[in-house]
Amino acid sequence: MSELNYDSLQVGDEIPSFTTPSINRTTLALFAGASGDHNPMHIDIDFAKKFGMDDVFAQGMLSMAYLGRLLTNWVPQSALRQYGVRFGSITNLRDKITCSGKVAEKYEEGGEKLIKLEVTAANQDGDVKLSGQAVIALS
Amino acid sequence: MIDRKHIGRTSKPHTVEVEKGRLRFFAKAIGETNPVYLDEEAAKAAGYRSLPAPPTFLFSIDLEQDNPFADIEDMGINLGKILHAEQAFTYHAPICAGDSITLQSEVVEIFDKKGGALEFLVQNYQAKNQNDELVAEMRRTLVVRN
Repeated sequence: MSELNYDSLQVGDEIPSFTTPSINRTTLALFAGASGDHNPMHIDIDFAKKFGMDDVFAQGMLSMAYLGRLLTNWVPQSALRQYGVRFGSITNLRDKITCSGKVAEKYEEGGEKLIKLEVTAANQDGDVKLSGQAVIALS
Repeated sequence: MIDRKHIGRTSKPHTVEVEKGRLRFFAKAIGETNPVYLDEEAAKAAGYRSLPAPPTFLFSIDLEQDNPFADIEDMGINLGKILHAEQAFTYHAPICAGDSITLQSEVVEIFDKKGGALEFLVQNYQAKNQNDELVAEMRRTLVVRN
């Protein structure tokens, strides 16, 4: 992607997307340990049922980390200035999360050429789980 | 209802050492395969001191406490009623393995919607490294379902 630069990008351009493998219980257990989020709601079905859920469900920050990969697959992390999301609906077991993004705005600020991306994490049915924005500096 | 007097409340700063093994585990758990996040030589070749922390890892640094929700409980909020509503990061400099990161939060907003059925707690965090350099900020919004 040597041609990736501020001038060659246009508002509306899509960045390369990807889809995760199906989320399973191992995915959630590993993320609980690695992320330090030990909330049993995501790893202990007995606990989840006690609180009225049918099953455990994915950590919101797991999908936010997947979307973070979308960004760092596209540009080096050092180009990332801001990244924020709003959590929509719960991500369930067996969901496959598609991470996608498109250029929403181009502007210059503080001597930097910046791209604002709109990013989305959605499941196989197109249900949006997370939506957000990232600001990236490009030369 | 969350007492509005908590607006401006700051947490006790806490410091966490960022470990290489933990960063590799995190990378594995999120399906990251880019060698920059897994192989220290690749990280150094990319200009980092050591393995860099991925964009959302700062949230995990905050969770490295005996009770990461002690502050929430002290404000009288029932943990069973909270959901994560929004999360945002602003990046100033890389966080790498070997760094000691000190985090402190401040309650910046408390507001409600739907006649108090939903209450929102917004906290801003500052993350400084061992050189007292502000490396990142984050903003966490929790919603309390009353």
